[in-house]
Amino acid sequence: MIISNIVSLPIERISLACVLIMILALTTWRADLRLARPLLIASLRLIIQLSLVGLILEYVFEINNFLLVTLIALVMLLVAGREVSVRQKYRVSGRWSYGIGTCSMFVSSFAVSIFGLAAIIRAESWWDPRYSIPVLGMLLGNTMTAVALSLDRFTTYVWEGRETIEAKLMLGHSSQEALKMISRDSLRAGLMPVINSMAIAGIVSLPGMMTGQILAGNSPTDAVRYQIVIWLLIAVGCGFGSMLVVQMASKRVFDERERLRTERIYKV
Amino acid sequence: MLKVEQLQFLDWHALSFDVNSGDCLGLMGRSGSGKTLLLRAIADLDINEGKVSLDGLFRDDVSGPEWRKKVGLLTSESKWWHETVGQHFKSSALNLLSDLGFPGESVLSWKISRLSSGEKQRLALARLLSRSPDALLLDEPTANLDPESVSLVENVIHGYRKEHSVPVIWVAHDELQLNRVSDIKMSMDEKQLKEHV
Repeated sequence: MIISNIVSLPIERISLACVLIMILALTTWRADLRLARPLLIASLRLIIQLSLVGLILEYVFEINNFLLVTLIALVMLLVAGREVSVRQKYRVSGRWSYGIGTCSMFVSSFAVSIFGLAAIIRAESWWDPRYSIPVLGMLLGNTMTAVALSLDRFTTYVWEGRETIEAKLMLGHSSQEALKMISRDSLRAGLMPVINSMAIAGIVSLPGMMTGQILAGNSPTDAVRYQIVIWLLIAVGCGFGSMLVVQMASKRVFDERERLRTERIYKV
Repeated sequence: MLKVEQLQFLDWHALSFDVNSGDCLGLMGRSGSGKTLLLRAIADLDINEGKVSLDGLFRDDVSGPEWRKKVGLLTSESKWWHETVGQHFKSSALNLLSDLGFPGESVLSWKISRLSSGEKQRLALARLLSRSPDALLLDEPTANLDPESVSLVENVIHGYRKEHSVPVIWVAHDELQLNRVSDIKMSMDEKQLKEHV
C-alpha cells in the first residue's frame, strides 16, 4: 500500500539541517577540537555525492538497461574491494591484497544480492535497477565492514602471533591447525556487529532502510518484510564473505610447504 | 641418519653433512653466525634449497607438517597458547615430566602464566619428546636453566637419543657442554660449517 500524500523536502528546509551542522562546526572550532574542517568537508561531500547519485539513479531508472545496471554494479564492487584492502593496518603484499578484498566482496554481496533479487524479491525483471541497485548497495556497504574487519584482525593477529604460529608448525601442526584460533577470532570480530545489530533491530533502533520506506509512505508491514530479508541477506553475505577473506588470506600467508611467510604481510 | 646435502639459505655457502642415528652433532659459533637459521632450514621453516633426508626419507617427498613432526625443533624461547600445561600435551608423558624434575601429574594443571622461563624450557622439551620425533634439532636447550636442571635435560636428551636411536643437532655456546653431550663438534663461521677439533 502506498500513501500518496508524501511530504517532499524543499531545499530551504534541507538547509535547516545544514545550519545545525554549521552550528556544530562553529562550536567545535571555538573549543579548538580541530573537528570543524573534517566535519564540514564530510558534510559537503555527503551533499554533493548523494545529489549526484540521485541524478544518476533517476537516469538509470528511466533508461532501465541491463548493461548499464551491470556496469554500475561492477564499479560499486571494485570500489568496495579497494575499500576493504585500504582499511587494513597490515596488508597482504602485491595484487593479492586487492584481489582478496574484491573476491570476497563478490561472493558476499554480488552472489547474495542476485539470489535475493531473483529468488526472493522477484521483481518483473530481477535486475530492475529500482530494486537491484539499492539491494546491492546495502549489501556491499554492510558486508564491506565485516569483511574488512575480519581481514584486518586476521593479518594483525598473524603478524603479532607469528612466533606462536611457528612454534605450532615446529610441533608438526598444519597451517590450518596453527591458524585455527586466529581464524575463529577474526571471524567473530567481523560477524559480531551484524549479529548484535540483528538482535536489537526494532527495539533499540529502527533500521535505516525500513525507516526510509516508512517515511516514503510504504506500509510498515511491507517495510518490515523487506528489512527482514535484507538483514538476513546481509548476515549471510558477512558470514561467507568473512570466511572467504580469512581463507584466502591464510592461503597467502603460507607457501606450498606450509611455511609462514610473514614477508608477505607489511605494515601500512 | 640425518643427511644434509647442498643445503642453502640466504647467501650462505651450500652446506653438506650427515649425523648418524643415535649420534649428536654439537654446533657452535658466534651469535648471528647462522646456527639457528641452519636448524630452521633443516626443519623447512624458511625458504631454502638443497636435499635433506631422514633415514632415507627425503623431505620433499612428504608435506611440510609431516616433515616437521619427524624433525623436532626446540627453540630456546618456547611459546605456549593454551591456558594450562596439560592442554599442550597430546599424551600425558608423565615419565618424561618426572625425569625433568616435575612432580608428576599435578604439573599438567599448572597455569602457563605462572611458569618461570626455566620451567617453560624444560616443559617445551617434554612437549616435543612426547610427540616422538625421529630427529632432534636443539637450539640452546639449556639457555635458561640452573646447573641442576641442565644436567636433568642433558640426561633426558641422551636417554631419548640412545633409546630411539635418533640423530641430534645440539646448538650451544658452552663448549664444555658440547664436549659432554656431542660425538662430533662443528662450528659455523663466515657462512660455512667447519669441523671443530
